[in-house]
Amino acid sequence: MAECSVSFTVNGRIQSVTVPPMKRLLDVLREDLNLTGTKEGCGEGECGACAVLLNDELVNSCLVPVRDASGARICTIEGVPAAGQLHRLQQAFIEAGAAQCGICTPGMIMAGLQLLSRCPHPTLEEIREGLSGNLCRCTGYMRIFEAIQNVAQSSE
Amino acid sequence: MYSKSMEPRIVGTAVPRKEAAAKVTGTAQYVDDVSLPGMLHGVTVRSGHPRALIRHIHFGDGIPWHEFTIVTARDIPGRNIVTLIFDDQPFLADGEINHPEEPVLLLAHENKDMVRRARQHVFIDYDPLPAIFDIDEALQAKTIIWGEDNVFKRYCIEKGDVDAVWSQADFIVEGEYSTEAQEQLYIEPQGMLATWDPETGITVRGSMQCPFYVQKALMPLFNLPAEKVRVIQQETGGAFGGKEEYPSMIAGHAALLAWKSGRPVKMIYDREEDMAATTKRHPSRTRHRTAVSRDGRLLAMDIEFIIDGGAYATLSSVVLSRGTIHAAGPYRCDNIRVRSTAVATNTPPHGAFRGFGAPQSLFAIERHMNKVARTLGLTPEEFRRRNFLRQGDSTATGQLIKQPLDLARLQQRALQLAGYADKLERFSRLNREGTRKKGIGFSTFMHGAGFTGSGERHLQSVVHLEARADGTVCVLSSMTEMGQGTNTILAQIAAEALGTSYEQVQVLRPDTAQVPNSGPTVASRTAMVIGRLVQSAALSLKEKLLQAALLQPGYTPEQFQSACREYICSIGPLKTSAQYEEPPGVHWDDEKYRGEAYGAFSWAVHVAEVTVDTVTGEIQLDDFVALQEVGRVLNPVLARGQIEGGVAQAIGYALYEKVVWRDGGMANNQMTNYIMPTAMDLPPIRVYFEEIPYEHGAMGAKGIGELPMDGPAPAILNAVENALGISFCHIPLLPEDVLSELSVAREAALDLAGSVV
Repeated sequence: MAECSVSFTVNGRIQSVTVPPMKRLLDVLREDLNLTGTKEGCGEGECGACAVLLNDELVNSCLVPVRDASGARICTIEGVPAAGQLHRLQQAFIEAGAAQCGICTPGMIMAGLQLLSRCPHPTLEEIREGLSGNLCRCTGYMRIFEAIQNVAQSSE
Repeated sequence: MYSKSMEPRIVGTAVPRKEAAAKVTGTAQYVDDVSLPGMLHGVTVRSGHPRALIRHIHFGDGIPWHEFTIVTARDIPGRNIVTLIFDDQPFLADGEINHPEEPVLLLAHENKDMVRRARQHVFIDYDPLPAIFDIDEALQAKTIIWGEDNVFKRYCIEKGDVDAVWSQADFIVEGEYSTEAQEQLYIEPQGMLATWDPETGITVRGSMQCPFYVQKALMPLFNLPAEKVRVIQQETGGAFGGKEEYPSMIAGHAALLAWKSGRPVKMIYDREEDMAATTKRHPSRTRHRTAVSRDGRLLAMDIEFIIDGGAYATLSSVVLSRGTIHAAGPYRCDNIRVRSTAVATNTPPHGAFRGFGAPQSLFAIERHMNKVARTLGLTPEEFRRRNFLRQGDSTATGQLIKQPLDLARLQQRALQLAGYADKLERFSRLNREGTRKKGIGFSTFMHGAGFTGSGERHLQSVVHLEARADGTVCVLSSMTEMGQGTNTILAQIAAEALGTSYEQVQVLRPDTAQVPNSGPTVASRTAMVIGRLVQSAALSLKEKLLQAALLQPGYTPEQFQSACREYICSIGPLKTSAQYEEPPGVHWDDEKYRGEAYGAFSWAVHVAEVTVDTVTGEIQLDDFVALQEVGRVLNPVLARGQIEGGVAQAIGYALYEKVVWRDGGMANNQMTNYIMPTAMDLPPIRVYFEEIPYEHGAMGAKGIGELPMDGPAPAILNAVENALGISFCHIPLLPEDVLSELSVAREAALDLAGSVV
């Protein structure tokens, strides 16, 4: 397959890769940019382990051909801490016990951040809906709801 | 257990998970996050036939086969058997196929896309053989696919004399209950990365529960001694039993490709392959025949429990054992017989999954107890109250309940927390109208912690503790962290017993070259059994410092750390170890299946509240109360997370998760059409603990991880029965099942109305 050059911003840095245009954004992040914090759980957009922010929208990077990300602003879990400090949502995940095996956690945090940015004080129903594209098999979600609620409350 | 100056400071508190920061920043290294120079990607070519003889393998055109490493059964340097319990399962099929996902051939190439494409161009010709797909076909034995009679294992527990009771019983109540397969569905698919070096041998790293199982399986595969097979656990993204045995298979495959190619080989399953090929929960069928007196006493319980093990024996005998021992539930009865069988079918082998046979047999007893109560005209809670095991009673295997146990009180508290009595009354009023019917139901149950019977004695688990010159202490064990909190609780126990700080204890990643064999990370044994060894080794280490007069009682964590430093500088290495010793008074007879089946049981009552939509058949959970007695709670946040996660997984088992089989293979092996609960589907899960410290457990802890898998399914179906007046005896209970029974009930009502007219 012919390769093409694609440029975008990842976690604030401009990146260029030369890859097949249909290569999944997930694989480009993991293999070409060595950003392995974004995980593959199902490869068909069901589990959300590969969720990243693309121009501030939550997307499953396993469903995005890299050419569709051309010129986009991408944020992955590696871009979440600021100035070496954990984001308060990450801190809340630790305190509430929201990360168990941790494989869904990066995607869950991206979903949580996106939810809080568009809805800083979500109701429990809004939290459930905001996370409904991200599957977790360990926690039963309750600890994750609590982490997000704690962040929302602390910002009042 | 504690001196006055050493009030517990760490155990019982919600210290943060050891590896939490790595997990929330995405820096935790799972196997697919690791790459090595020159690495190849490996794939497995599978049979696609339930049962057949391999006639010929040929390779299609258009693929540069000379660039590939190809391994078949003929390449295997040692024994082509996955070592576990019975020697029946090959790493690669050698002539004969026994299920549709049987590995036949391995391919590796440096280009991941190329190797995946190549897999489609390997063609295998077969001579098909007759195959069998369910418990009935296996027992009929018209076609024999395993051994002489398709039976992996049978057990019989006999207490008292069941047959002497039937004639004296006021009522005899019979029932049949069945459960289907369930996929573990850890979010990280299975994977391994193997390297081969002629000097040092095989090294595999990957996602797994039991590094020493993998080592034990690879040694005969390559005819190598233990020191030349090194197994390292990477961060493991969920397991739930699914990574107990199958990792040996993948590790063997990756290692064979690495050995043949001389290059590192990574083998990561995609979701579809993982769901189709790896083990699932055993389907089951349970029949109960129960004798009761008019005043509501259990006189005799005759139970037949059968599980479908799939094509190879794997862990079926042990799963059957646990299911058998739990089959009579938490009830006192002088006459109990449990006859159980694990049979072979031509599906991929079923295996370990949280609960390990107990969720199946407890589903049956907890549905059946409601049926018996109804027959007697008693409420389910009153009937149970009259028959609960109490301290001093004995279980089905004759195990004496030595610990304080008051299930009647536990039941009462759970029902109060759920608002049970009020809701029963309110729902029966509400349900007279409308199409949405509400119901509430519960289950009462137990789970035995640790290996069954003589298992822990045979394992002889060992842990080491080692202080470093900087004053930190390392815990060395083969217990794996897979999300359940091993690293954290072992560090808490060590820190508490040592009198140092939680931060100053490190738990080493399991690596067979560095840690002792503490047995497998299964059976809710980590906290109770291995935690206890950590506690003992820690007390010995502290004792060494006290005896060397480097510490005085009442020391601070800082003084402890400097004492370690001084000991190592002036005396030498500071290491201790502990090995499992059976608590006194524990007897188990493997032949008669009698005695102390488990060191301890944890006990629980779960209450479910549902709304059933009689138009769509949909069952919505409105509330869930989980009350359990698990000994001392070591970390309240982790413990809560274990219960919530287990309940969620069990809700999936009860209401959503159906494996659709086609010719022995899973037809819906995708997350799109195998449905697990999302954040939208679950009720509030309200978790409560009672703590009765267990004297032989670590700091009083008993097992916790599997318990919450056992109770939700029967509680939910009991609630559905309360809502609709229809008794369902099979899980998963899907909307279409509800609708079909509702239409049967409607027709029956119409017939009745017609006959009255």
